[in-house]
Amino acid sequence: MNSQDTPANRTISTHKKARIADRTATGVLYGTAGFFLLLLAAITIYILVKGAIAYKPSMLSWGRDGIATEFFNTIYLVFLSLIFSVPIGVAAGIYMAEYAREGRLTQFLRMSIETLSSLPSIVVGLFGYLVFIVMTGSKWNLLAGSLAVSILNLPLITTTTEDALRSVPKSYREGGLGIGATHWETIRTVILPCAFPRIITGVILAAGRSFGEAAALLYTSGMNSDVNIHNWNIMSRSCILNPLRPADTLAVHIWALKTEGTQAGADQIADFSAAVLIIMVFLFSLGARFLSRVLERRMNGTESKRGK
Amino acid sequence: MSVKHMVKREYSGRAVVTVLGIFIILLTLTITCFLLIKGSATFVSHSHNIFEFLFSSNWKPDEMEGKGYVGAVIFIVGSILISLFALVIATPFSVASAIFMTEISKKLGRSLLQPAIELFVGIPSVIYGWVGLTVLVPFIARVFNLSYGYGVLAGSIVLAVMIFPTITSVTADAIRNVSPAYKEASYGLGSTRWQLISRVILPAAVPGILTGVILGLARAFGEALAVAMVIGKTQAFPKSIFSPTTNLTAEIATNMGNTVTGSEYNDALWSMALLLLIISFVFIFLIRIVGRKRTVK
Repeated sequence: MNSQDTPANRTISTHKKARIADRTATGVLYGTAGFFLLLLAAITIYILVKGAIAYKPSMLSWGRDGIATEFFNTIYLVFLSLIFSVPIGVAAGIYMAEYAREGRLTQFLRMSIETLSSLPSIVVGLFGYLVFIVMTGSKWNLLAGSLAVSILNLPLITTTTEDALRSVPKSYREGGLGIGATHWETIRTVILPCAFPRIITGVILAAGRSFGEAAALLYTSGMNSDVNIHNWNIMSRSCILNPLRPADTLAVHIWALKTEGTQAGADQIADFSAAVLIIMVFLFSLGARFLSRVLERRMNGTESKRGK
Repeated sequence: MSVKHMVKREYSGRAVVTVLGIFIILLTLTITCFLLIKGSATFVSHSHNIFEFLFSSNWKPDEMEGKGYVGAVIFIVGSILISLFALVIATPFSVASAIFMTEISKKLGRSLLQPAIELFVGIPSVIYGWVGLTVLVPFIARVFNLSYGYGVLAGSIVLAVMIFPTITSVTADAIRNVSPAYKEASYGLGSTRWQLISRVILPAAVPGILTGVILGLARAFGEALAVAMVIGKTQAFPKSIFSPTTNLTAEIATNMGNTVTGSEYNDALWSMALLLLIISFVFIFLIRIVGRKRTVK
């Protein structure tokens, strides 16, 4: 058939092919995106269901079968780590955004932050082990663990602070300086309050990430804890508030139960711990998202600028 | 408030933030120096050859104090293999998801995929390991009819899921940064959406995608516990993707606590940690090179 081979027909057939390819690709892309949403949903549901099945009332106790101690340790350790990393990170972020001049020092600082944020957490754990445990001659303790974790969340807090300060409109700064305030006063009374929502979001995000940290803690805060909940003498090693006692967090607990767990029902306790941990992490992650929206809306008045 | 007071505050405020900025530099330098000192002890005080560490597979650092062997090549190969394999699995999915978020459905991307990716990033690595251990490992054993599902494949899949969000979000950023003029020109010439994506947007976004891939690789390489839980921790070269092996991070995580500080075994583990640090420096360097190319363009 000669009529099929005219140039016009050829153009039509390539055009057709292109359209078929376009539809197929669109389908595949929808499929991939759907697949990942399903995967996340499946993982989450699996963890929650498995945790619910494994649940026994004794798991809420402070004893050997319970994870109340681990739950407390996780929050306490992350809280302590933020006490160290927030002031340093925010200050360094202020320096980067406000005072740093482009030069060798700033470049070096930028590279340091980049290095810190890409360090494998096990390497930070080893460093913490060496400096806070071996060199101070102490045993595993919660404080050492929190210091190691603070090294890990320091870069995130620094960069979010810097970004937050940089996104404050220039006119605010000019306004502050224009009425005769010093640079520092402008930062303290105008720029920081403006950037506050973003900074707090970054801190919450950092906290959420730190809950699940385990590799940095294995050799700093240790893999078990021995707490007497009725002992409130903070100098005593079994007092729960003593930061110088060994303390395993939920994440470390899961690792220990799954790799060297010899106690009866270790698998069930690990299942339940995983469910509790994922709920904590998700709450903080969603909380940060929600809070940043609310605060941003309030800061911007009624018109909330989305996008970007 | 007196002017003098204000000036004083200005300088003290500035001094405090500068000192804390410098503190971060010092912290990084301290970590690097300590790892250099501890990691080089294998070669300095135990007088092993660097080539033995990098290329020999004879790993018996606890044989007899001072007479052990520290060939770490099995661990190095294990680390490289599972990270690369994870990358091969994750990259196509990541790029596809990034295209979907930016070009196919921005609305679904922003309302569903973006939050999902943020949640994915936050899932702790032990939880990935735990899911791998309880779901993936038995699954692989059943499907491929093996006695154990531990091994390279299980490790790579777990890592692939872990690095997926990293590569996706960096790639999505890269695609968003492609100049709209390119798009308009392409549509103006009558191209379909897929032609636009495959022939214009993706090539233009390559440096950004590469950055994402390197970041993913760095994360995969340094990941410890999730991998350690599913890789099987067997000291042998893998014969196939199903065979168990081990890697650098798994070895450090499992054995650091069983060794005495300053012993040959302990120092060999520190050398591994130093190697991890050096490799993460290499990744940063690579990202800088790729980034420079991007800005030149």
